[in-house]
Amino acid sequence: MAENTLPTADARQSPLAWAREQVREMGIPRLMIALFLALLLGTAWVTKMDMPSLITDCVLRIARNGVLVLALLPAIQGGVGLNFGLPLGVICGLLGCVITLDLGIGGWGGLGLAALIGALLAAPVGMVYGWLLNRTRGQEMMVGTYLGFSIVSGMSIFWTIAPFHNPALVWAIGGHGLRTTLTLGGTYDRLLDKLGAFPIAGVMIPTGTLLVFGGLCALVGLFFRTRAGLTISAARSNPRFARAAGISDARTRVQATTFSTVLAALGIVVFCQSFGFVQLYTAPLLMAFPAVACLLIGGGSVNRATLAHVLIGTVLFQSILTVALPVTSQVVQGDFSETARLIIQNGMILYALTRKER
Amino acid sequence: MEKRRVTFRDRLARSAVPLLFALLCLFGILVAHINLEFLLREMLARVARNGILVMALLIPILAGLGLNFGIVLGAMAGQIAAIVATYWGFKGIAGFGVASALAVPLAIAFGIGTGLLFNRAKGREMVTGLIAGFFANGLYQLVFLFAIGSLIPWHAASMLLPQGFGLRNTIDLYNIQYALDDLIKVHMTLDNQPVRVPVVTFGFIGLVCLFNIFFQRTRLGQEFRAMGQDPHVAAASGIAVDRNRVIATVMSTVFAAWGQLFFLQNVGTLNTYSSHEQVGMFSIAALLVSGATVTRATVGQALLGTILFHTLFVVSPLAGRTLAGDAQIGEFFRVFVAYAVITVALVLHAWQQVRRSKE
Repeated sequence: MAENTLPTADARQSPLAWAREQVREMGIPRLMIALFLALLLGTAWVTKMDMPSLITDCVLRIARNGVLVLALLPAIQGGVGLNFGLPLGVICGLLGCVITLDLGIGGWGGLGLAALIGALLAAPVGMVYGWLLNRTRGQEMMVGTYLGFSIVSGMSIFWTIAPFHNPALVWAIGGHGLRTTLTLGGTYDRLLDKLGAFPIAGVMIPTGTLLVFGGLCALVGLFFRTRAGLTISAARSNPRFARAAGISDARTRVQATTFSTVLAALGIVVFCQSFGFVQLYTAPLLMAFPAVACLLIGGGSVNRATLAHVLIGTVLFQSILTVALPVTSQVVQGDFSETARLIIQNGMILYALTRKER
Repeated sequence: MEKRRVTFRDRLARSAVPLLFALLCLFGILVAHINLEFLLREMLARVARNGILVMALLIPILAGLGLNFGIVLGAMAGQIAAIVATYWGFKGIAGFGVASALAVPLAIAFGIGTGLLFNRAKGREMVTGLIAGFFANGLYQLVFLFAIGSLIPWHAASMLLPQGFGLRNTIDLYNIQYALDDLIKVHMTLDNQPVRVPVVTFGFIGLVCLFNIFFQRTRLGQEFRAMGQDPHVAAASGIAVDRNRVIATVMSTVFAAWGQLFFLQNVGTLNTYSSHEQVGMFSIAALLVSGATVTRATVGQALLGTILFHTLFVVSPLAGRTLAGDAQIGEFFRVFVAYAVITVALVLHAWQQVRRSKE
């Protein structure tokens, strides 16, 4: 999935034209965001903030959120567009977490079981979702967004009435209804983060989580080189040609959506173990938007995205989100990072939606 | 024969949604033993508050833009106008008038911006409108949470946060509360309480209804309708489609700004950072509850939808408390219903589009 290289530049091309070409290749929004990050980091360095701990936090957040961003990739490869229905998979992963916690299974077994249950639930959910997206072609993003909203708000009712009885999970008063935030302390809190963690120049590397993220990236990359994966991409890039070759793009789109949903379920399990808490009720409602923004900032578009886009975007956006609060709070009171997040995230999505297709 | 069967089924499908909803409301009313006078009292206030916001959605639907999720920007324009009018200290109906007048240029500017975005994102106006609302919310926060009092001079310290810049989370609108509702004072006794009947507000809602009906008969209205039916044919017959789409968005945004002002003058307090956020979702859900679709909605549907949706809004927490001993479940339920109604409408719309393109 290498970036397509440009034809060799004309030898007599002026440096200005060359620079313009580079900027165009990178995209003005991405450049601005990179500059903003550089500005934030520069300010942090000049004001003598604790750089190692700042970078530790960045690395942690990149590893924590990476899989959720990666989950968008199969959907784009399959031609479904930006998967705003990510919360569907997220809910499955959360169910996996809640079930293992209710059973009182901790440690590696608990984490593995949560991921397994999440993935097993996400597969049929993804299939139904994919089937629905096939019937609502052209409006996938809107249908995905609102399906996600509906399921998340419907699940709010489920969380209050579901038959979970572990006293550590339900409200102390009344004895029923899951709490809004469940702590993972004593079960599988930061299990992957701590696995093989080591410091470099004061920066703590959460090896396990990074390895899982890297491993899943490699898996997705390899999958799209297999016959099944290539079929999915081929059906996206030319449905008519694919049909002539005996490939039904309705089928590949369902496969892509299912893959995306399963990855989202795994992504939230990774997220929860690193975060140390399972957040229920309205927490997953808007989860798709930052992930989508990551991918777009990395250079992806509605129709095209690569692993490089996932990586670059996650690093840039999550670093900004991490650094913005401590840095700006030195200058202005109040949570400026939340406002900056709203503007960058949604500005980026707007830019991608209104960009003329090539 | 074939044709008649289709229309009958269409009519059934169109009334199935409001019927289902009416049954749901009725069920809630019976279960929670809700006093009808209490319900009527609530409805008087809620329909007056929300009527125009729902009506603001009609023109973009006529013009083929779908559900205008961008009315959040209109609500912001209304809110900014209310904040400025309060800052200037205008009282009563004058304050409301100043706010309404001030909201217009703001809403026009926001509407042009949204309209131009929609033109760049044809076929995905709805998701663009939704995200545009989120984005505008970020800019709104930037201005009102950080710039006011620091970059923008602001001499009303009582409106600012203790740190000296940024507006407080709530702004008291006592200056303009009930300015319009009480312009002609009519009270009646319902549920043993004196209840305000906002005659003037209902009068204005009636005017907006009439405007929408007559607008469809104007030249511009006919052009919008043609665009809504088929933008390509409309363009071929010489209609300036792109320009008209911007005009439709501007009209919707201006109505949304006024709608939000009607809402605020009745409620009397402004949640600076959240009053506008839910406007899009609740107005759209209210419209769809009546059986309106992404491509077809009438004035009557807007009114019916407002009444049905807000009945459910009042009833469901009470029913939840009686049924499950927990009002919270009812609150979750009404949010779920709002989202689910929008989802179903979107799915049906896209489904029909796909089927039509296959034919």
